[in-house]
Amino acid sequence: MLTFILRRLLLAVPVLLGVVFVVMLTIDLLPGDAVTLMLGEHATKDAVAKLRDHLGLDKPFVVRYLDYVGRVARGDLGRSIQQNRPVAAELADAWPATLELTVAALILATGVGIAAGVASAVWPNSFFDALARLGSLFGLSMPIFWTGLVLIVVFSLWLNWLPVGGAGSLAHLVLPAVTLALPSVAMVSRMTRSAVLDVLREDYVRTARAKGVGEVWVLGRHTLRNAFIPILTLLGLQSGQLMGGAVLTETVFAWPGLGRLMVKAIFARDYVLLQGAVLVFALAFVVINLLVDLSYGLLDPRVGRQG
Amino acid sequence: MDAWSRFRRNRLALIGLALVLVLAASAVLAPWVAPYDPARQSLIEKRARPGGKYVLGADEFGRDILSRVIYGSRVALLVGLLSAAIAVLGGLLLGTIAGFTGGWVDAVMMRGIEILLAFPYLLLALAIVAALGPGALNTTIAVGIWGVPAVTRIVRGSVLTLRETEYVGAARALGAPALALLARHILPNIVPGLIVYATLFMANAILLEAALSFLGLGVQPPTASWGLMVSTGRDVLLVAPHVATVPGLAIMVAVLAFNLVGDGLRDALDPRLRGSA
Repeated sequence: MLTFILRRLLLAVPVLLGVVFVVMLTIDLLPGDAVTLMLGEHATKDAVAKLRDHLGLDKPFVVRYLDYVGRVARGDLGRSIQQNRPVAAELADAWPATLELTVAALILATGVGIAAGVASAVWPNSFFDALARLGSLFGLSMPIFWTGLVLIVVFSLWLNWLPVGGAGSLAHLVLPAVTLALPSVAMVSRMTRSAVLDVLREDYVRTARAKGVGEVWVLGRHTLRNAFIPILTLLGLQSGQLMGGAVLTETVFAWPGLGRLMVKAIFARDYVLLQGAVLVFALAFVVINLLVDLSYGLLDPRVGRQG
Repeated sequence: MDAWSRFRRNRLALIGLALVLVLAASAVLAPWVAPYDPARQSLIEKRARPGGKYVLGADEFGRDILSRVIYGSRVALLVGLLSAAIAVLGGLLLGTIAGFTGGWVDAVMMRGIEILLAFPYLLLALAIVAALGPGALNTTIAVGIWGVPAVTRIVRGSVLTLRETEYVGAARALGAPALALLARHILPNIVPGLIVYATLFMANAILLEAALSFLGLGVQPPTASWGLMVSTGRDVLLVAPHVATVPGLAIMVAVLAFNLVGDGLRDALDPRLRGSA
């Protein structure tokens, strides 16, 4: 098991290096002079030269890339251009809010999605099944930023139950978390339905029923346990989509997280901060999928033995 | 039973197809069906409620929302179609290279593709747009690039399978160049899969364009883009909710339409996949 974890951790390194490379390269391909864009047309020659030197823009791309990787390895992400604060500090301020939001959304997506999917599979082609499938179709088609605005109109403007935006209390978390979770609820319930239906067709389920095992036990012990593996894979991938969705949700609800910081960095052309934010997202994504891979071993003993 | 009669029996897919045709018609016929000029401002009628003179109301500048939604279908469909074309062509090129070359080139390419596939797409598109700068063309490029990895994998997979078949082996032995193999033997086999993928991709491309435009990084004002309309409506959300919510409804209908058609096509063209998520 330990070698498995170590090997997976080592595999994560090239992924992160690749992400940094791609982000730096796209920024490098930026048409026009990045520094003039950052400082505006009327910047003094001195300021331009200073920033160029600070960013190391005079050096070739490969040197800058290796420089950055080396500094990141020592925990130095540079200083943001706008605030002139260490990027690491800005990211540290923002990431707990994003974590709170995405974890809340993930819990919602898992709970509601699996419950709806199992119910759909246990009573296929029932009224509930039709409703759930229609709902998931809409869930996948609604733009997340629009869902958020509609929820604000209904629950903040008309019903006056929940705050319009901002963070700080559980009431502030409800609307953003529901907004962010909806597309994932749809995906998870679809996937759960088909996974559970597949397992229910297996011989061992028929055997269990034949020997008189109760329906609840068949479902909990024999079916869900096996159906969980594809669902878990999907949850790992969904966590990536949640991070993307967080950018939109945070913008809609003025949620002080990484996503909003990233959008601000793009508008301010603060590429040092942008690189740092993308790196944190990539790191989070790698870690989550590592956890998903590890949990396969817990759910399915076959994985551990081969691994 | 052929694909069309299978498709025809799928009621949801037919609804989707009808919606797609309505969208296409409104995009093509926009100047004739839109009741007003989408750019015509009338400040005394700003934020007019739906009903009355403006069926869907008016926005912050007193522009007719219905007309802007109709013109917005042009942006959505054009960005969707062009980015799907970028995705398919790019994927064909890379997938063919990976499939025919094999070895370490293939291995490196496929690892890279797996990373891109797994990476949150909005973050990827944001990084591309941050580098290219906002605008309709750059949005199309960003959305298109996002679709390349998946197409590459589809193409590479079938190149690998078909490369081993006897008829392709025979054609190679006769000295047929790779391009001829691709056109004559490999393309016909993957076209159904690509059509399904491209249709479902259109749905996501429309969503992604809307998201980028909503953030202010996609299509720029004063062009009528649905995502942009939602974004400007957001500023007056609490006094005139219809300005932001109505264009969002258009996005949802368009995305739903392409999802339904894509699901229907998948079931019709490849009955083996029926019902899978």
